[in-house]
Amino acid sequence: MSDVKRIATRETYGKTLVELGAEYPNLVVLDADLAGATKTGVFKKAYPDRHIDCGIAESNMMSIAAGLAASGMIPFASTFAMFAAGRAYEQVRNSIGYPHLNVKIGATHAGISVGEDGASHQCLEDLALMRAIPGMVVMCPADDTEARACIKAAVEHDGPVYMRFGRAPVPVVFGDDYKFEIGKGAILREGTDVSIIANGLCVASALEAADMLAADGISAEIVNICTIKPLDEELVVKTAAKTGKVVTAEEHSIIGGLGGAVAECLSEKCPTKMYRIGVRDRFGESGPAIPLLHKYELDGEGVYKQVKAFLEA
Amino acid sequence: MDVQALKKIANEVRKDIVTEVYYAKAGHPGGSLSSAEIYTYLYFEEMNVDPKDPKNPDRDRFVLSKGHTCPGLYAAMCERGYFDREELKTFRHIGARLQGHPSMHYLPGIDMSSGSLGQGISVAVGMALAAKLQGKSYRTYTLLGDGELEEGQVWEAAMFAGAKKLDNLCVIVDNNNLQIDGSITEVNNPYPIDKKFEAFNFNVLHADGQDFESLATSFARARELKGQPTVIICKTLKGKGVSFMENSVDWHGKAPNDEQYKIAMADLERIGEAL
Repeated sequence: MSDVKRIATRETYGKTLVELGAEYPNLVVLDADLAGATKTGVFKKAYPDRHIDCGIAESNMMSIAAGLAASGMIPFASTFAMFAAGRAYEQVRNSIGYPHLNVKIGATHAGISVGEDGASHQCLEDLALMRAIPGMVVMCPADDTEARACIKAAVEHDGPVYMRFGRAPVPVVFGDDYKFEIGKGAILREGTDVSIIANGLCVASALEAADMLAADGISAEIVNICTIKPLDEELVVKTAAKTGKVVTAEEHSIIGGLGGAVAECLSEKCPTKMYRIGVRDRFGESGPAIPLLHKYELDGEGVYKQVKAFLEA
Repeated sequence: MDVQALKKIANEVRKDIVTEVYYAKAGHPGGSLSSAEIYTYLYFEEMNVDPKDPKNPDRDRFVLSKGHTCPGLYAAMCERGYFDREELKTFRHIGARLQGHPSMHYLPGIDMSSGSLGQGISVAVGMALAAKLQGKSYRTYTLLGDGELEEGQVWEAAMFAGAKKLDNLCVIVDNNNLQIDGSITEVNNPYPIDKKFEAFNFNVLHADGQDFESLATSFARARELKGQPTVIICKTLKGKGVSFMENSVDWHGKAPNDEQYKIAMADLERIGEAL
């Protein structure tokens, strides 16, 4: 896949905010001394008066965002997933979630693909944490196209939104004709033997795995679930009922993220044999992103191997 | 409004506080009573608010950072005409608009849901910043407990407010010297409060939090001071007005029983008659 175009979704975040800045005069961007890394630096350049650097104080930033939203502005609070969902969890829960304020959280550097910085900065629990907050929309886009659509949908949505972006460039899997709606998943490839439900960079891995599985005569249905909350339960149940075997794939802990959401849904509505691909209840480690994804079996080959093992078990 | 009239209202606010907590069989009377004059002054003198138009975008904002003392806030709002006195008896009951900690969705007039200590001041900073960004002239007020100053987020907010020169922000500290586990110097030690805020680039004012003339002077001065946010450190007495609750840690978060309620109301009746 070396000829495939790769873009980091954090790049998309910065660029899309610049686009939206013109259309939404009440849109403001907050950072916690990481504008260079969250890629909102481009927004700061375009709209210096509407970029607020809160310094290294993420908890304060989240509550300030709440105050701005309560006063009619649309704040995009930006920092690493670790600090947005982790450090500032209670501020997000109590200052933003409970009053259901119109704050958009742009969480970059999620997952092990943060790479060399290692486990302290590789957030693998954010989807679980954010998903537990009532009224919070939680999205994990797969590529540049979907990330852009997510951010545009977020600004139009009235209420809190958590968006998960990555540091590493990831393959662009969606074309210009891509249609996005909050809460709607999509079947990217029809199949009959197994469903692979993925989000984030694992969507590209799942598509790659589907090709390898096809070579073995296995027909995999690939389902993209960008919005893990609200979950497209209808689609999850539909694909589970069709193939009878479901694998989830995500760059997150197997606890509480996409795998957790799908398992909750299916165990109540359509009990199905399942396997969760993700980081298996451990912390990450340092290393370049692509070899790390390989080691943790979250690349195409890793997903392929795990799906095969699941089907053969 | 003359001082005598404000004193009478503050005494009614105290009766309301005791009544709320009594009917709820729970709540935080001590820190509500210590702030009775502050709430009264804010809602009757200082803030540009209208109970009939609680969402007016140009209104002054109030964030109760020490959200547990909402019986005092509800009482002042009730006296100001936001809702009928009878509703005070629903405090902390299922389905009540008067939630155990303030909720902006339950009760119109509450500008921010609060209760988790340290967060309210940051939200107030956001509101003050929004006014600056939008070119609006409303002011934002937030009330903190002195024990609350132990929360690190308070100082994150203070540093940012000082850095951004938010002179439309007025932070009020209810310095009643007690927190749940004891006196604030036994538990930790937020003192010197004035020097801390000064170091964070605030104008620092001191007031007698139980004296309307002192409060009036400080709030007027805070409006005049430009280029920096202002903190008014208000010396108060926890449980003020109820004999057995005064300066007592025991009454931080406890409701009076039937007999205690009668004594408390009699104390406040006597104070009212003397006014």
